Amino acid sequence: MPINETLSQYSDYSYTTATAIYVIALMFALIEQGFGAKGRLAAERSIQRSRDLIGAGGPPSTPPAYGTPIEPSREIGRPERIGRMGAALLVLAALLHLAAIVLRGLAVHRAPWGNLYEYGMATTFVAVVTWLVIMRKFPVRHLTGFLLLPVVILMFVNGTMLYTTAAPVQPALQSYWVIIHVSAAIIGSGVFLVPGVASVLYLFRAAHDDDPAKFAKFGSKLPAADVLDRIAYRTTIFAFPVFTFGVLCGAVWAEAAWGRFWGWDPKETVAFVAWVVYAAYLHSRATAGWRGKRAAIINIVGFSATIFNMFFVNLVTSGLHSYAGG
Amino acid sequence: MTTQYHPTPLKRVFAFLRNTWRGLTSMRTALVLLFLLALAAMPGALLPQRNLNVAKTDEYIAAHGWWGELLDRTQFFEVYGSVWFSAIYLLLMISLIGCLAPRSLEYAKAMRAKPVLTPRKLSRMPHHVSATIDRTPETVMEDTHALLKGWRRVEHEDADGTRSISAERGYLRETGNLVFHFGMLGLIIFFALGKLFGYEGQVIVQADNSQWCNSGILGYDTFNAGLRVDGTELNAFCIRLKDFEARYTESGQANYYHSNMEYQSGEDLKTGAWKPYGLEVNSPLRTAGDRVYLLNFGYSPKFTVTFPDGTVRTNITPWRPADEPTKLSEGATKIDQPGIADPIERRTRQLAITGLLAPTAFLHGNVLTSSRPEANKPAVAVDIYRGDLGLDAGRGQSIFQIDQSLVADGRLKKLTRQNLDLGQETVLDDGTKVRFDGVQEWVAIQVSHDPVQGWVLGCAVVMLLGLAGSLLVKRRRVWVRVSPAREDEAGTVIEVAGLARTDQAGYGEEFQRISAKLVQGQRGN
Repeated sequence: MPINETLSQYSDYSYTTATAIYVIALMFALIEQGFGAKGRLAAERSIQRSRDLIGAGGPPSTPPAYGTPIEPSREIGRPERIGRMGAALLVLAALLHLAAIVLRGLAVHRAPWGNLYEYGMATTFVAVVTWLVIMRKFPVRHLTGFLLLPVVILMFVNGTMLYTTAAPVQPALQSYWVIIHVSAAIIGSGVFLVPGVASVLYLFRAAHDDDPAKFAKFGSKLPAADVLDRIAYRTTIFAFPVFTFGVLCGAVWAEAAWGRFWGWDPKETVAFVAWVVYAAYLHSRATAGWRGKRAAIINIVGFSATIFNMFFVNLVTSGLHSYAGG
Repeated sequence: MTTQYHPTPLKRVFAFLRNTWRGLTSMRTALVLLFLLALAAMPGALLPQRNLNVAKTDEYIAAHGWWGELLDRTQFFEVYGSVWFSAIYLLLMISLIGCLAPRSLEYAKAMRAKPVLTPRKLSRMPHHVSATIDRTPETVMEDTHALLKGWRRVEHEDADGTRSISAERGYLRETGNLVFHFGMLGLIIFFALGKLFGYEGQVIVQADNSQWCNSGILGYDTFNAGLRVDGTELNAFCIRLKDFEARYTESGQANYYHSNMEYQSGEDLKTGAWKPYGLEVNSPLRTAGDRVYLLNFGYSPKFTVTFPDGTVRTNITPWRPADEPTKLSEGATKIDQPGIADPIERRTRQLAITGLLAPTAFLHGNVLTSSRPEANKPAVAVDIYRGDLGLDAGRGQSIFQIDQSLVADGRLKKLTRQNLDLGQETVLDDGTKVRFDGVQEWVAIQVSHDPVQGWVLGCAVVMLLGLAGSLLVKRRRVWVRVSPAREDEAGTVIEVAGLARTDQAGYGEEFQRISAKLVQGQRGN
């Protein structure tokens, strides 16, 4: 079937517009984080919340904490209002982002993740959606900027240096496994961005907790360390089985396409490395002396391996997955 | 007074072994080993690997001098078979077994054990609620049992008349954990077995109904065997490729490869019956326990040589693609002149046609290039040599090249250089005519054999299920204690406490739901 140039064009417009709106949302979120009382309030609130959840062991007469009574700040300042606008823009941009993916798929009549550009587009979308879910569960709206920073960088690099015109894919990619294997990889990698960012913030917060003079302004506006830790853990335990499933499907597909289910192709190797690092993260949380900072560092290493796998392996080394670079 | 403890040597050895074992099987060691494994796997992605690409590896070593030599000697070009990589994963496996064995025993015990008794001070628990309600202790106990259906429960009555229920659930977490790790152990073992008993070989087959049979190593161009495979007793089957078709987009990108083939295996080998199959990139032929894959394709030029005495020889030899996108190919077609009995005489009359083949010819001045990968307008640019090809020398040589040392020492002489379009011919000095008669597709196939890969897949699925269980299920406890209120008050005091036994967050919400229901006296969910 021929490529629908018009739809492909609209997909590109959507992508560019989404990126631009992410940049605006990023700035709005940074304003809220930088100038808002919300950041501090949210931090305090999250400490309160974590006490309720983890429980500091109050006296027996403490009334049950059904829905923590959060002090609603009546006076919503300008930075908070800007923060809310930022969140609305984030949703709008995510919708445009989704439109870009869907239009791409309609234009080429196949799953819209057949090359690195499309892969990057879908992965960043998953990261943003994960963040929207996290924002509903944790008071972390003011941190949106720190998530959007890597997202915007990835989308910019992706849209400029890795842009690929809409085209059909080569025979090796014409398989239903492309839908299963690649989408699992996309969801895994996209969700992994969130614990990566949360773990970086965790390190700042933990350093600030150890010595309040460190990152005095920045650290105090971050949520409590164990909230960040919990965000990282919850998202990781979601992404890890999905990623494992993706690798498993990749092996099944490789058996049909390349003659062996595992052959230490560079992509396979780095996926293995990332998998082992995330496995280490999960083990570290059950090991005395490795919780907290060390676990956070391991999570960041895992995310670095994921990014490395996405770009370096496709663009620099030549392996069987190299078509994705093209 | 101090008595010095003098352990006997035997005891010292035992203590050393025990401490080593404990150290090796501790979680901390496992973590370090996991890191080492990740680190050790990395060079395999960054450096060329011999098992993937020999030529590139040799090139890399040559280009990096002593550094390349050093890396080669320390096995950095076959990382996954290296001593150090094997050492790490063996240690990790021992650590895994050492961790799993006691955990399995503990698990077996825990499965039969009753939930622990209700602690005295429930208020010390991370989750705790207490209230005074106006229901009797009996109804509260009944309600609790009804609400905590599906939990493992034990009821207890203290001497002072307070009654309590201790409940626990989420045993599936540890089940999943163990299943995951045993699955991984099985996967590693089957993976290794597959490497021992498997083989894979590549061979080029002409897509002109030529027959190829899996009869032995000699039938292959390259063959990689596991340690327990000696190349005899390969699974018997035969194939023949009837045709090959490739389609491309306008920009020259391939989007369709298909070969109509026939195969026979098992009973069919005796009866001579052939079964049809459409071989494509993502759908290998699975027969006789082996798999046949389509790897690549190329062109064989067809040359018709008419010797001065009138004998005609037609030769179709595969040439290899030098440029994949346009399938501009290179190779050497080697021809023995027929009818010469004397071997020495024969060795002066052998012909070699070597050079370039363009499926869709495009001339840059006089230089032949190809503009498309399809055979739209095939042409060749060839050098024709005569003399001794060295075919009788007993030395193996590439089917794509002539031995240049024979050219250098004059035993093989270049006669002419020609560009030939389809059907064109050139006449050599002795009147021999060489005509280019078009191209024939060849297909590179791979035969793979791995008797245990189904088991590997099974283990992987088991791992995945175990992983889901171990990450998504929460191991958690609830205690309920009921006691009559103090004398000056009416009603019953109910205390509910909860503890998540793993670091799984998010128990708070479930606990709040349960405790609220207990306090309000609801049954069921």
